[in-house]
Amino acid sequence: MSTRRASATGSIRRRLVVQLLVVAALLSGLLYLSVRTVAATAVDTTQDGILGAATVFIAEELRGGEQGVSIEIPYAAFSMLGAVGQDRVFYRILVGADTVTGYGDLPLPDWVVTGLEPRFYTVPYQGAELRVGAVARSVLVDGAQVSVTVLLAQTRTAQQTISRQMANRAALLGLGFFVVAAILSMFTARSVLRPLSSLAQALGRRGPQDLRPVDRAVPSELIPLIGALNGLISRLRAALDRTETFITEAAHHVRTPLATVRAQAEIALRQAGDDDTRTSLRNLIRAVDNSARSAGQLLDHATVVYRSDQRADAPLDIAAVLADMVEGYRPTATLRDIDLHLALPDQPVQLAVDRLLFESAVRNLIDNAVKYSSPDAAVDVSLTVAAARAHLVVADRGRGIGQGAASTLTRRFTRGSNVSDVVGSGLGLTIVRDVARASGGQFDISPREGGGTCASLSFPL
Amino acid sequence: MRFTILSALAALWLSAPAAAFEIEEETIFGDGPVLISVLSTTDTGVFAPLIAAYQAQNPDVSVRYVVANSQEVYRAIHDEAAAFDLVISSAMDLQMKLANDGFGRAHDSDAVAALPRWARWRDQLFAVTQEPVVMVASRAGFDGLGLPQTRAELVQVLRDHPERFAGRVGTYDPVRSGAGYLFATQDARQSDTSWRLAEVMGRLDPQLYTASSDMITAIQNGELALAYNVVGPYAQARLAGDPDAVVILPEDFTHVLLRTALIPTSGEAPDLGRQFLDFLLSEAGQQLLSEAAGLPRISAADLADGPALRPIRLDPGLLVFVDPIMRRRFLDEWTAAVVQP
Amino acid sequence: MRFLLVEDNPDLGQAVKSRLSLDGHGVDWAMSLAEAEEHLAMAKYDLILLDIMLPDGDGRDFLAAHRRARRDTPVIVMTARSAVSDRVALLDTGADDYVTKPFDFAELEARVRAVLRRRSGAAQTALTFADLTFDPLAATVAVGGETRDLRNRELRLLEVLIAAPDRIFSKDHLHDRLLSASEAVSDNAIEVYVGRLRKKLEGSTARIETVRGIGYRLTTT
Repeated sequence: MSTRRASATGSIRRRLVVQLLVVAALLSGLLYLSVRTVAATAVDTTQDGILGAATVFIAEELRGGEQGVSIEIPYAAFSMLGAVGQDRVFYRILVGADTVTGYGDLPLPDWVVTGLEPRFYTVPYQGAELRVGAVARSVLVDGAQVSVTVLLAQTRTAQQTISRQMANRAALLGLGFFVVAAILSMFTARSVLRPLSSLAQALGRRGPQDLRPVDRAVPSELIPLIGALNGLISRLRAALDRTETFITEAAHHVRTPLATVRAQAEIALRQAGDDDTRTSLRNLIRAVDNSARSAGQLLDHATVVYRSDQRADAPLDIAAVLADMVEGYRPTATLRDIDLHLALPDQPVQLAVDRLLFESAVRNLIDNAVKYSSPDAAVDVSLTVAAARAHLVVADRGRGIGQGAASTLTRRFTRGSNVSDVVGSGLGLTIVRDVARASGGQFDISPREGGGTCASLSFPL
Repeated sequence: MRFTILSALAALWLSAPAAAFEIEEETIFGDGPVLISVLSTTDTGVFAPLIAAYQAQNPDVSVRYVVANSQEVYRAIHDEAAAFDLVISSAMDLQMKLANDGFGRAHDSDAVAALPRWARWRDQLFAVTQEPVVMVASRAGFDGLGLPQTRAELVQVLRDHPERFAGRVGTYDPVRSGAGYLFATQDARQSDTSWRLAEVMGRLDPQLYTASSDMITAIQNGELALAYNVVGPYAQARLAGDPDAVVILPEDFTHVLLRTALIPTSGEAPDLGRQFLDFLLSEAGQQLLSEAAGLPRISAADLADGPALRPIRLDPGLLVFVDPIMRRRFLDEWTAAVVQP
Repeated sequence: MRFLLVEDNPDLGQAVKSRLSLDGHGVDWAMSLAEAEEHLAMAKYDLILLDIMLPDGDGRDFLAAHRRARRDTPVIVMTARSAVSDRVALLDTGADDYVTKPFDFAELEARVRAVLRRRSGAAQTALTFADLTFDPLAATVAVGGETRDLRNRELRLLEVLIAAPDRIFSKDHLHDRLLSASEAVSDNAIEVYVGRLRKKLEGSTARIETVRGIGYRLTTT
């Protein structure tokens, strides 16, 4: 009846975080690329703007005349090119197809240059990449229209530097965005999964007997889960009810005839005259007790194991419970002239344990002590508090634990080598040990000084 | 064809002239096994202390120091790919042109990284000194007149006393001197006053020179009452004890020439060039330049002290007046203004 | 004593009734709760022996009703269930004690005695013989005004003997009355207890006489 831990096929939260991070990374990358593109375009546009203005500036200063074309390059036209960065400047002025000044090998565009609206192109020149602005205009020379072409070019070092800086900024921006998005996605994942984890906590806090349907306000996505959960709970409750009924019925149907047999055997014993009959009747009664006891302890053990998984730990005054139980045992003990001594602390001893588990352990201990004590002996039950632990000791003057290690006594169906004449199943100490384990306690059994056995059960407070 | 002249000019400029560049002076310092060749516009005497200090640190290096005028320096590298490991020139526009057109090697070191942004262009052109461009006036020449502190005042005083200054003002000849061309074009770019000044001077039959030192000599021997656009540190060094000559930093604006260094691609020992450059920019080198050579070190603080001081910017604008058409145009206009028939 | 036995199993009922009668108790036997109510209405009992599973209801419901009606007849439940799960529930319902089937009649008697002692205190009548005053509930015997405590087996031995003075009880009979049927004891156990009781009765005119070969009897000198 142990709870199998559910196997995880991954964490929703991790998956959510990973997916959000992937989205964030994509967005960051996109942001980086778009900022970079926009920046590069802006830088290009800026360079083209200045280049174009300077080109037009030069073109506008061209004059026609009777002698030919008069060319005046405005100082500012070149000077302004130095405004953005320290790029190299090249130019070429053509009248018709003849280069009149500037760099004669500066490549022409592969389209025809017309008009004062500058057009731009990029060419390699002298081992560098050039951005060239080109305009053309007509001037009147000696009464005839002559076309003059102005090419003004600049290397792109400054532009590339600025682009690089922009790219770095864009990368930083993207990175920053990603970091912020990553942090936000953690929070998002947590808040999205909060209803789920609070539901899990609420279910985890339930006691073992709490099989009420789950009635919580949950996000709509969880409603099917709640429905399924409630269906499962109701089936479980029905199954448990059936099981409980079955056990009860079974116990009833086994124990009632046993009780009948025992009662009739006792009657027969009372009426029997000869020793042989009496002996066999006693054996019969003992066998009945034996099987009833075994059945009982098996059931108890099953219950203990079952409850170990679903303990209803609640603060319990174990001193009061112990007193109550010892009192309940007193008639049985008295029957054999065994004195049950109980020593309790003055104060209540509060311990968070499952009451049924605790009682079942204590009952088995006292039962053993009483059972294995000879008539007229005493059994000492004491509860003390020391070193933040509650120590419960049940000591008898019985026959002791005999040969073999104490630990083997707590194995299932293992009985001491010296107790074959006493009714027992060998499950009692196993139950005690299991209860101790389940409750975080410790169980020890050792020979008592001066004869007998000393069983001690301790729990952390 | 109508464009023949222009096209011919362009062709002339674009094609490499065959003639070798003209050397003024060539000196070899030391007899170390390793040789570094330095091409410079700066007189050997001025640079000797630096070379000595450099060789003290690097005893196995012998230094070949070649002096030429700035246009020849430019031609040597641009047209002839002469094997020099370091080129130091006061012609910022030509140095800029060399760097822009890919004749410089990249250099990166702690020394160049420490330079102010305005004192370098890319990783190729580095300023080693900053030299204000000044006017030098003779007190005797201006006797009874206030010394002009701005170009406008100068225009005024020259215009008001043509008889007194006729033949007694001097300036660089931009046609023959690279530095003179740079100063003149920067003047023209900077203000209209400079054109007025050119016209006024033109009426006074100005004397034209190719070197600052000649103008200073002319002031000292009384030939000139005023020399315009003289390289300041030379004047200050030469006129330190002269009670008559006055160095004037124009208050409207004073150009600051940056003497720049470039490691040409044509050099055979570029690493030595880098080493020498780093030495020039080092604390020891800069101090020597200031104190022994009389060439002010690169200092943003010094510039901040003179509000009118404006370093000529190392930017592509400098390329404009290197353009042959632009040069031709400018010189035509300047000649028309100054050299009046 | 007078018992009301509520047990639906005819064999067990008959057996329990017979067995209790052997010890001299009067037993009325009801086979259902309804029948039990009839008996209770007609007679007064010292104790009710109650089975749990009955054809017309649950013994625990009967118990609850019994307690609600403030009837104070003590009840001992005979349960067929596991001892673990029922004790608390049974005692909470108002049972005075319980025995688990199959039960030892000696133990049942001991429990009955304990219950009666708890319930009615010393109100039970003491028995007298010669100069003895025997109080079984207090477990004492007074000899000429001097009260002496009796151990359980001495008490029960005296109880058997004093119930029929001068009657000879066999060793076997005393054995059956004093010792549990399933208990292994030595052959001379009865001699031991007789010897102890004789000591307790010292100075009395009453004495336990050994009738050689037959048994013992209580008589006066």
